[in-house]
Amino acid sequence: MSTDRIEKSILLRVSRSRVWHAVSTAQEFAAWFGVGEIDGEFVPGASLSARITHPGYEHLTWNVTIDQVKPESFLSFRWHPYAVDPTVDYSDEPTTLVEFLLEETVEGTRLTVVESGFDSIPLARRAEAFGMNERGWSEQIKNIARYVTS
Amino acid sequence: MSPASPTAAAGAAPVFAALGDRTRLALVARLGTAGPLSIAQLTSGAPVTRQAITKHLNVLASAGLVRDRRRGREHIWELDIGPVEAARRYLEQISLRWDEALGRLKQLVEEPAEDR
Repeated sequence: MSTDRIEKSILLRVSRSRVWHAVSTAQEFAAWFGVGEIDGEFVPGASLSARITHPGYEHLTWNVTIDQVKPESFLSFRWHPYAVDPTVDYSDEPTTLVEFLLEETVEGTRLTVVESGFDSIPLARRAEAFGMNERGWSEQIKNIARYVTS
Repeated sequence: MSPASPTAAAGAAPVFAALGDRTRLALVARLGTAGPLSIAQLTSGAPVTRQAITKHLNVLASAGLVRDRRRGREHIWELDIGPVEAARRYLEQISLRWDEALGRLKQLVEEPAEDR
């Protein structure tokens, strides 16, 4: 398994232009991605931000810089992955690249999302980010605690 | 055939061996619920000596389950889930968020098309 990239692929049973609209227009993107109103349009070089609406992350701002826009086929942006600590200034840290690739198929449209560049994110930062979401591990520890104290 | 599993099992063996002792399991549980603790804190109330606790902590440390930091003259012990494991879970978390987002996208684009 690569530690540098995440790749996702999904078949959407609609036309390519429908998918392109959902991926490349600020209003529709915000709706499915889970952010509030985006303060601009998806054009190359644009720095966009929005409030995050995902439960538990409402105190955070979503920031991206649009990289490439090739109508109906490709869109990419850069961001700071897992920038979940509002007290940390992430601006000097490396970003990851998020790419959306659209392909027409007989059944509809295949959308592939690739996020890459994780290897340049400091390991300590990755561990820290995990620490904010370590419910699984804490639960295990509680189970052990229950077991040894019973 | 799964080439990853023998390696994974070999990696997990020292962990299970280290946890296969009631005192060590109790130490892990204590560090997990209380957070980093000094030897003095870990020894207080325990029915074993400080030397014995130190020995157990070293067994846990060699399995990569705990690590110690020096704070002045004291050693502070804490759980160590391992940076590699943390990095792996970090990717898992992000991966999960993409799954959720793409699920919402699918719903958004396919729903209005139901009257096709």
